[in-house]
Amino acid sequence: MRASIVVLARRALRNAARRPQFLAPLVLFPSLFLALNVGGLERTTTLPGFPKVDGFLDFQLAAGITQSLLLGGVSAGIAVALDIEGGFFDRLVASPAPRSAIVLGRVLAAGVIAAFQVSYFLVLGAVFGVDVKGGVLGVLSVLAIGILAGTGFGAIGVLIALRARNASTVQGIFPLVFVVLFISSAFFPADLLSSPADAVAAYNPLSYIAEGMRHPIAFSNDVVALLEGLGAAAAVTAVALGLSLQALRGRLRQA
Amino acid sequence: MKAVDGIDLEVAPGEVYGFLGPNGAGKTTTVRMLVTLLLPTGGRASVAGYDVATQPAQVRKRIGVALQEAALDPLMTGSELIELQATLHGIPPRSVRARGAELIDRVGLSQAADRRVGQYSGGMRRRLDLAMALIHEPEVLFLDEPTTGLDPTSRLTLWSEVRRLRDEGTTVFLTTQYLEEADQLADRLGIIAAGKIVASGTPAALKAEVGRPHLDLVLADGSDVAVAREVVRRFGVQRPPGEDCNLSIALQHGAADIAPILRALDDAGFGVAELELKQPTLDDVFLEKTGEHLEGAEEPEPEPV
Repeated sequence: MRASIVVLARRALRNAARRPQFLAPLVLFPSLFLALNVGGLERTTTLPGFPKVDGFLDFQLAAGITQSLLLGGVSAGIAVALDIEGGFFDRLVASPAPRSAIVLGRVLAAGVIAAFQVSYFLVLGAVFGVDVKGGVLGVLSVLAIGILAGTGFGAIGVLIALRARNASTVQGIFPLVFVVLFISSAFFPADLLSSPADAVAAYNPLSYIAEGMRHPIAFSNDVVALLEGLGAAAAVTAVALGLSLQALRGRLRQA
Repeated sequence: MKAVDGIDLEVAPGEVYGFLGPNGAGKTTTVRMLVTLLLPTGGRASVAGYDVATQPAQVRKRIGVALQEAALDPLMTGSELIELQATLHGIPPRSVRARGAELIDRVGLSQAADRRVGQYSGGMRRRLDLAMALIHEPEVLFLDEPTTGLDPTSRLTLWSEVRRLRDEGTTVFLTTQYLEEADQLADRLGIIAAGKIVASGTPAALKAEVGRPHLDLVLADGSDVAVAREVVRRFGVQRPPGEDCNLSIALQHGAADIAPILRALDDAGFGVAELELKQPTLDDVFLEKTGEHLEGAEEPEPEPV
C-alpha cells in the first residue's frame, strides 16, 4: 500500500513539474492578485477596527497562500479528470494496488506541492518586507496549516473529478474558489464584514485556515489560532478524503 | 438497455480465446466486467479461479490488462510507466528495473525507453501497453482490440507476440473486430452480436458448420440483377452481395455448381464479367448467425514482412 501511494505521488509530482502551464498559475495568479490588493487597498489598514499590522501585505499574505492552495486543489482535480478521460485511471484501478492508494497518492502530492506554494509566498513576503512575527516556530506553523489545507483541497479536487469525470467541469469550478474565499475572513477581518457575510465567514473553514496562518505572520504565535487552523484544515482533509474514497467506490459501481 | 445479455463462456488455461464482434456488440463491456472495472448486474464470472464480484483483488493479481486505445500517460517515459506498473503489482524494488528492461527489450522499445510516451507512434504505444500488462507474468491476459488502428507491420508484430505468449502457456482473452485476426490467433472463439454469443467453437469448426463455399459473380454492365437472381435461385441460397459483386450464392453442391450456373446465366442472356469461388470464412459464420456482415470484415489483411 505504502509503495503504491509513494509511486503514485511521485508520478503526480513529476507530471506537475513537466506541465509548468498547470503549476505556474498556482503561484503566479495569487501573486498578481496579492500585488493588486496590497497596492490598491493599503489604506484599508487605517479603518476603525482593523487590527494593528506592520503593513497590508502582512495581513494579506495568508489570503494569498489560501488562494494558491485552493487553486492547487483545482489543479489536482484536473489532473485526475485527465487521467479518467484518457483511460489511464482505469489502468490504475485494474491493478492490484489498493484503490484507496490512487486517491491517497494524488492527495499526498497535493500536500508536497502545498509545501512549495507556502514556501514561495513566505519568501515573496520576506522579499517585500514581511517579517514573520512568530519566528521559526511561526514559519513552521504556517507550513503545517498550509500543507494540511493543501492536502484537503487536493482531496476536494479529486472528489470533484471522480464525480464529474471530465476536466472541463473541474475547470468550471474555478470561479467558485473565489466565491468561497470571499465569504471568509481571508481578505478582511471578520469584525469588518457586514451581515450576512460575517455569519457565513464564522462557519467557513477557510476563515480559520487563513487566520491560523495570518497570526504567526502578522501578529504572534497564538495557540488557539494555530489549533483552529489545524483543526479546520484537518476537518476539510478528513471529510474530502472520505467523500473521495466513497466517490471512487461509486464510480466503480457505475463504470 | 443491456450491453451484455446472458453470456456463457469458458476459456481453458493456456488457450487464446478470441471474442469477435462488431463495434457495440458488448466485447468491451464483457472485458471490463472480467477485469473488475465494472460490476455485473447479474450472473457470475470467475477469472483464474476467483469471482470477479466478490474476490476482485485476487483477480487483479492474476490478470494483465491492455485495454482499448492503449491508455498511457503521455508525460511519462516508457521506463517510468513500466516501473510504475511494476510497483503497483507489488514487484520488489530490486527486481523492478531488471524486469522492466527485459520487457522493454522484448517488445522492441529499448531505444525509445527514455522518451516520453507522447512521442510514441500508435504501434509503439500498443507494444508498451502489452509490456506493462505482462510485467507481473499474469496467468490470464486480456487484450481488448489490441490492433485496432495499427498499421499492418505493427499488427503482425503484435500477433507474433500473442503467439509467443500462448506458447509460453499464458491464457489470452482477445477481443477483436477483425476476422483475420480471430482466424489467425484464436484457438477457440466466441462470436458476439448485440450482447449475446451467437456462435462459439474453433475457427475451423465454425467454418465447417457453415460448410458450403459461395460463388460471387459480377454481371456484365447493364444486366438486370433482379432477373439474374431468379435465374440462379435453384442453385443455392442467395446471400447479401458484398461491395465487389452483384450476386453471391451459397452453393448446394460446391464447385460442381459453377458450370451449371454459368450455363443458366448464359442461356438467359447474362454475361459474367468476373466470378470467384470463396471458401467459408468467419464472416460467413457471422452472416449465417446474424443475417449481417461483420463490420471491419473488409479490413485489409496485413502484408507479410
